[in-house]
Formats: sequence, structure tokens, C-alpha cells
Amino acid sequence: MSEELLTRMEKAIVEGNKEEAEQLARESIEKKIDLNEVIEKGYVQGIQKVGDLWEKGEYFLPELIMSAESMKAAMSVLKPEMEKAQIAIKSQGKVVIGTVEGDIHDIGKNLVSSMLSANGFDVIDLGADVKLEKFIEKAETENADFICLSALLTTTMLGQKKVIEVLNEKNLSDRFMVLVGGAPVNQKWADDIGADGYAENAMTVVKAAKKLMEK
Amino acid sequence: MIKTIRPKIEFLSKEFIQKIIDEAYDILEKEGVFVENQEAMRLLKEAGMKADESTQRVHITPELVRDSLSSTPSIIKLYDRTGDKEFVVGGDHVHFDPGSAAITIFDHETSEERKAVSEDMVKFYRLTECLEHIHFQSTGIVSSDVPDLISDSYRLFLGLQFSTKPVVTGTFRVEGFKPMHDMLIAIRGSENDLAEKPLAIFDACPSPPLKWSNLTTQSLIDCARAGIPSELISMGMTGATSPVTIAGTLVQHTVENLSGVVICQLAKKGAPVIFGGSPSSFDMRKGTTPMGAIETMMIDSAYAQIGKHLNLPTHAYMALSDSKTNDAQAGFETGIGAVLAALSGVNVVSGPGMMNFESCQSLEKLVVDHEICRMAYRMIEGISQRDDPIAKNLFEDFTAESQFLSMPHTRKWYREEHTLPRIIDRDTYDYWVSLGKKSIADSASEEVERLLKENPPALPGEDIVKELQKIMLSDARNNGISSLPEIKTQ
Repeated sequence: MSEELLTRMEKAIVEGNKEEAEQLARESIEKKIDLNEVIEKGYVQGIQKVGDLWEKGEYFLPELIMSAESMKAAMSVLKPEMEKAQIAIKSQGKVVIGTVEGDIHDIGKNLVSSMLSANGFDVIDLGADVKLEKFIEKAETENADFICLSALLTTTMLGQKKVIEVLNEKNLSDRFMVLVGGAPVNQKWADDIGADGYAENAMTVVKAAKKLMEK
Repeated sequence: MIKTIRPKIEFLSKEFIQKIIDEAYDILEKEGVFVENQEAMRLLKEAGMKADESTQRVHITPELVRDSLSSTPSIIKLYDRTGDKEFVVGGDHVHFDPGSAAITIFDHETSEERKAVSEDMVKFYRLTECLEHIHFQSTGIVSSDVPDLISDSYRLFLGLQFSTKPVVTGTFRVEGFKPMHDMLIAIRGSENDLAEKPLAIFDACPSPPLKWSNLTTQSLIDCARAGIPSELISMGMTGATSPVTIAGTLVQHTVENLSGVVICQLAKKGAPVIFGGSPSSFDMRKGTTPMGAIETMMIDSAYAQIGKHLNLPTHAYMALSDSKTNDAQAGFETGIGAVLAALSGVNVVSGPGMMNFESCQSLEKLVVDHEICRMAYRMIEGISQRDDPIAKNLFEDFTAESQFLSMPHTRKWYREEHTLPRIIDRDTYDYWVSLGKKSIADSASEEVERLLKENPPALPGEDIVKELQKIMLSDARNNGISSLPEIKTQ
């Protein structure tokens, strides 16, 4: 396979060039290249570099979100093709995510959702103001690994606690890992309510989720 | 005497303001705004506006905007609880009020944020009452010892008892308006008296970009009909929920505020409305909304200028900080904000006491910020000539030994020319050491204690307290809450 093509894929992600990322995905399908390799050695390299640039303080949220969207665009070209050819897509894990009931804020949640999906997680985004039962219902039917609960308000962050309580009541707490986030949320709160993880921003969510999957 | 000029700051040229307003008019007409309230939708349709019920999008014509602007008062007069003291909201008058609505209080003893309870709220209101340069009170803290369902009316219930100042408040639920309105009527005596002499301002926040939720729209309508001023709190976050450029955010801000003005005027012609907001520069690294960012303050000052150009009273969230403790950042962000707000002639400035992105109130910070407000007021008084000649007569018979301390001229003017702070450190080093090397937060904490000890609660008459209790209890019961926290008045 052409090294040049992989480098261009990586570059498209780093630069957040959506059209280019899509175009290269189509090109690799036409050229019948190993699509898993395209993802691993091309696009994923790009998103990892984006993570590094964020860590170094060179990249900020606008770059992050554009790179994540370019990744999404490329994947939406590749995925149907791989499903057609019955090629298994390597998934880092399955995530059900949403902003809890009574809370309409979804900027932070969208960012987390995009970053998880760009980093190879299967993300089912339920949106904002999501009924608490719906998180569990969806996680069960989708057989998810994670339930991610976002809340911006101190009043609605109680919803995060309730979801965990219901999981305990239904004896489902071993089946799903719960990650909590949002402006008023901190590690102490996560510990208090018995969440499996907490992340303070969209980049650390990816790390936290990967680490939990290794367990 | 030469006329004293009021120092002023302006960020926008006339041409720039006009361009921003023109683009706002275009957006209102071509793109429209979202209104998730049926009554407002009906009013807008009756006014001939093109509206789509399914998408809740409504297009507003320039004619209706102009018409609404022409019926909106350029000046609002607020009155304190007694009805005697008048505050003009308009022109270049500046009134500070504590930032609201915090969900925590900063505990000076532990240096940590904690949930606030009724007792904290009472202290907060009583303290506000004591601080002369904080003209208005605000229902600035949400109490955690009453259920959320009634937290809006409960804030006002305590505020009206423990401070006589006009109050900046707002509803958290559609049903919250009635008990809150009833409480205000209980103070004034009748609905007409209240409309005649408004005691409260109600904040209403559109959801950026370009959306009026059911709750906030209903608040606009209810307030307009009751003669209560609505303060429009547009709050775009640059690059997240509004355009990233400052000018771009000003365009969106203008669209949101103008649509709010239209809704108020359709609900009742002549309804008082304040062109306000709480926009912020969005931090692209942290994903937070720094109120102390200089760009946030530039947006605030500039939209206030637009509001003035439209001949409306203005409001901004300035004179607050994102710091988590009472440190240098808390002081300088608040200081810059207060000074810029005063120089911009913002009529209602919400901020003092507030830290951590509008989420925390600090009694100590409120006392420090009060000193900042004192400085800001002094500054906008400007430099006056006072005497004629200015000073040359003071130098007659001047010798090498001459000084000014014993001159009658000094005694005559020093109190008017110079402010005397209470807690700002101006001691000599040795004296400061002898007092225990206190920080301003420590001095402020002592000042809080002193003020609360020396000033008894400014409670209204017993009849009024009883009436307020009746209204509050009935609201609580309607929400399935049988009792309220006991309030200690001392």
C-alpha cells in the first residue's frame, strides 16, 4: 500500500480537512486497499497526533472538533463498505452517551461524543435532556460497555447519581461502566456516587475509557 | 466654573454600530428566531409575522422592530421597598448589584465552596443592605435547604425581608411568576402601585443561538403585563454558541435582544425592557466561559453602547471574576470590569461578590468589591474645577515651609475629592505586621462580621412579613412541600 496515501490521511485528520479525509477514504475503496490498515495506519495516526498537539498546548477546541469531524466523515465512507464486505471493524468499546434529564446543554457532551468516536469507540449519542431510564434501556439493547452521563447544572447532576442507583437496583452495575462529566462534576462527586470514571475534558475521557477497557 | 466631563469609553464607531444593527435586522427578517412559547407565537402572528408552528421559527420584520423600539421606555425608575427612594435606570446612571444566581457560597473559614443554606442567604441579603455603593440587591444565591421546585420564589421571599433595596431576580419555572409577583404586590399594596413603582427586575435568558425557551418567553410576557422590567440576558459564547469574532457575537447579541424587545412590546406596549446580557469569551483550551476575560468585557461594553444607541436602558454581567478564591485574580478581574462598566455607563452592573464563572458568591468578596464600586463611582464623577481660581490663590505668600494640611481649603474639599476606603490596606509596613499581616480577604471577613453585628435586619412591618410567609407557604404546599426552613433573624 502507498505510504503516501497513509501520510495524506494522517495529514487530513491533523489539519481537520474533512473533504480530503472523505476523498482519501473513497480512493482507498477504489484501490481495494485493506481498510482496517487504512484506519489504523492512516487516520488513527492522525487523531493520535491531534491528541499530542492538544497535550502540548498547540491545539485548541476548534482544531480538535474539526479533526474529530474529519475522522467521522472518513469513517462514514469506510464503514458501510466494510460492513458490505463483512470486515470486522475494530472497536475500542461501545458507548451510550447523553446529557441527563432536565439539562439542555450539549456542547461538552458533543465534544466528548466526537472525540470518543474519532478514537475508535462506537458511540450512541442520545442527545440532551435524556430520560434516565433511556440510558439504561439503550445500554442494554445495544450491549454497551459504557454509559456516559453529562450534566452542566448542579440540579441535574443528581440525575447521574440516580442512574447509578437504578443500575445497582437492577443488578446491572457490573455490566456497564459509568463515566460522568460536566462543569460542576469532579472526582469527589464521581467517587461519592460510585461512578467508574470521571474526566475533566474531552481528551481525558478517551484516556479514561481506554484504561477502563483494559481492566 | 468649567463643566465637569464624565469620563467615557466607547469601543464602536457610529458606522460600526449601524452595520451591526443592519445585520441584526437582516437576520431577524430572513433567518428569524426560535420561540418555544405558544402565546408569544400567537402575538407575533397577530402582528403579521411569518411563523412556522412546527419549527417554532418566526421571522420579524424591521418595521415591527422599529415600532417596538419606539414604544420601549428609555428610562426606568425603580423604587426601594419603602417606595421613597428612586433609582433611575437609563442614561449613564450606573447601579451595581451582586452577581446572581450562585449555586455555592465561598466559605472563608475553610477556603472552600459549599452549598448555601437559608442562613447564608439571609447574611448575603443583610450584607448587601449595608453596602451603600451596591445600589440594588439580587437574589444572588440558590439555597440548598429548600427543594428546587420553589427555589426561585424562596430567594425573593428572603430578599424582600432582609433588604430594602430594589431587587434583580427571575423565575426558574413558569409557575414561579405568580407567587413572586404576589410577594412584590404584598410590599407595595396593590398591583397598580407595583406597576407605578417597580421594585424588581426580572432576568430572562434566551438560549444562544437565537432561541427563546418557553420559560423565559413566558417571563417576558408576564413581566410586561405586570409592569415589571425584564432584563434580557443574551449569553453567546464566542466560537461555541455565537460567532467567534467580537463583532459577530455583537450581531447575534443584538438579534436576541431585539427579538426580546419585540415580544415584550407585543405583550404590552410600553413595557419596560433592559438591553442586557452575560455573553462571554469561550476558552478554547478549557471549554469554559471566563467572565473575567478582557474580551468578555469588551463585548459587554460594546453591546451596552449599542443598547444606548437604540435608546434603551442597559445591563451587563461585569465586575466579577473566575477565580476560585479571594486572590489577586479575583480583585483585578473584578476591578477592570467595574471600571469599564462605569466608563461605559452600563445602567445595571451585575457582578460583585461573584466568582468561579457565575457559580459562587462570597460575602468577603462582596465587601472587597464594594470598595471597587466606590472607586468606580468616584472615577466617573470626573475632575471638577471646584474653585475659581483653581488654586493660584493658595500659593499667595508661599514660603519654603508652606504646606496644605492646615489650609481651610484642604479641610473644605478633601472628603469630596478623595474617597476613604474601609478595608483596603493603606497601613505602613510595620503597622500591617503588628496587625497580623492580614490579607484583604481576612480584613473583609472581619468587616462582614462587623457589619452584620452592628446593623440589625431591615425587616418590613409584621403584617407584610406575615403576608409574604402566607404566599411562600402556599407556593410550597402547591408543590407538595409542607414546611420551610426556620429563619433566624440574628
